[in-house]
Amino acid sequence: MLGALPILVLAVLYIVMAASRHAANPADKILPLPGSMAQSMAALIFQPDQLTGQLLFWADTLASLQRLGIGLGISTVLAIVIGLALGALPPVRAILGPLVTGIAVVPPIALLPILFIALGLGETAKVALIVVGIAPVMVRDIAAHVAALPREQIIKAQTLGASSWQVIIRVALPQAMPRLLQAMRLSLGPAWVFLISAEAIASDVGLGYRIFLVRRYLSMDVILPYVAWIAILAIVMDVTLNVMSQRLFPWAHGERH
Amino acid sequence: MSTLLSLRDVWVEYGDRIIIEKLDLDIQAGAFVSIIGPSGAGKSSFLRLILGQEAPTRGTILLDGAPLIPECGPDRGVVFQRYSVFPHLSALRNTILGMECAQAPLTGRLFGAARRAAKDEAAAMLTAVGLGDSMHLFPAQMSGGMQQRLAIAQALVKRPRILLLDEPFGALDPGIRADMHALIRGLWRDYSLTIIMVTHDIREAFTLGTRVLALDKRRHDPHAPHRFGATAVYDLPMRDRAENSLGSEEVLPLTE
Repeated sequence: MLGALPILVLAVLYIVMAASRHAANPADKILPLPGSMAQSMAALIFQPDQLTGQLLFWADTLASLQRLGIGLGISTVLAIVIGLALGALPPVRAILGPLVTGIAVVPPIALLPILFIALGLGETAKVALIVVGIAPVMVRDIAAHVAALPREQIIKAQTLGASSWQVIIRVALPQAMPRLLQAMRLSLGPAWVFLISAEAIASDVGLGYRIFLVRRYLSMDVILPYVAWIAILAIVMDVTLNVMSQRLFPWAHGERH
Repeated sequence: MSTLLSLRDVWVEYGDRIIIEKLDLDIQAGAFVSIIGPSGAGKSSFLRLILGQEAPTRGTILLDGAPLIPECGPDRGVVFQRYSVFPHLSALRNTILGMECAQAPLTGRLFGAARRAAKDEAAAMLTAVGLGDSMHLFPAQMSGGMQQRLAIAQALVKRPRILLLDEPFGALDPGIRADMHALIRGLWRDYSLTIIMVTHDIREAFTLGTRVLALDKRRHDPHAPHRFGATAVYDLPMRDRAENSLGSEEVLPLTE
């Protein structure tokens, strides 16, 4: 609960600053008061848009979460499949390792034009940007984790009669799973960055699109709540993944079983 | 007493470094062989050879008269000093794993009656090593001694021809070590095991073994120390297995 204190201080500080700006200029748009934020957001949350008939806030949230979810999902599957193969099978590491490293060092935003040209401006390119951005890092993390499993464990499994396949599915995979959830948690930040970037550049719905759209009208009363909403979504995902990890893999979290 | 494992003129070389030279050895079924020797004298290489982790550069190794394939297999069980158990499985599931791998090549998992049978066998083995009450604990919840007991149970459930112990009790404190000595002696006798144990503890080597092998370099060239490898410099038979198993219930000098 002590952690709520600095957040509270920041909120109070903001309100004080906003109030003082409004005292000088009642039409100030840079630091909107909570009242005007609530008003603007209520319109987006409860009133259908005149053009599309949609509740914009929810349409934005749904579109963004869908892109993020698909991107993160594909990346996670890639990470576990390729990461396991890279980490556990030296021939695969020799063949695919340099490619994964190569993709990982290219700044994903630099690939965005290629993705737009190759895949069009639709959903595919946005999801692809997230995948290109976070999958290589996750793959390398899982590969390194699997490769670092103690040699004794692998030998022990082989003396228990395990084939290479059985070593992978019974020894390497289960021990990579908690690491995978941690990799997802760490990739959430970059995934949001790529999502917002893609939406800012070419989109017609989405949290990032809305923020960049209303920026033209200096609508801080929409931008600030949207940013706060993104923060809440990100925190909920992070906490969910952490709780999942503790529930599903208690052995990976120290003595607290 | 038949010969279980025999090494004929075995050499291990890495590049121009000779680790083991001209090692001739016969190990009888039912022996408890302790291997001692200074660091760097090829004890670990010797263990890796028998484990099948690597092949000798020259020479032959025969297990039951057949050449040993340089692969780790279920006929040779092993207990390392650390990392011998799987942290993501409970004690019981650690022990079942060996049976699951043999019976379910694709999934590595057993279901129904086969699983219950495997569970019963694993539970019996865990009870035999003194972990009957800790079957559902994860390795992280166990002490070092319990983890080593688990590693032994895990290996024995596969009924290996040879049990290899690589400094198995090196990380344990003296009291626990004495318990473990009594345990391994008992298991060795009850299951008619053949054990090869590498150890740094000379007292342990002589207390437990029926035969003590000292590996060291016979020759030393100060200008090229890597050009001579280690071999068995002492081969001491300790006592007869028959006499030993007739003897009273383990009155061992286990004071540490």
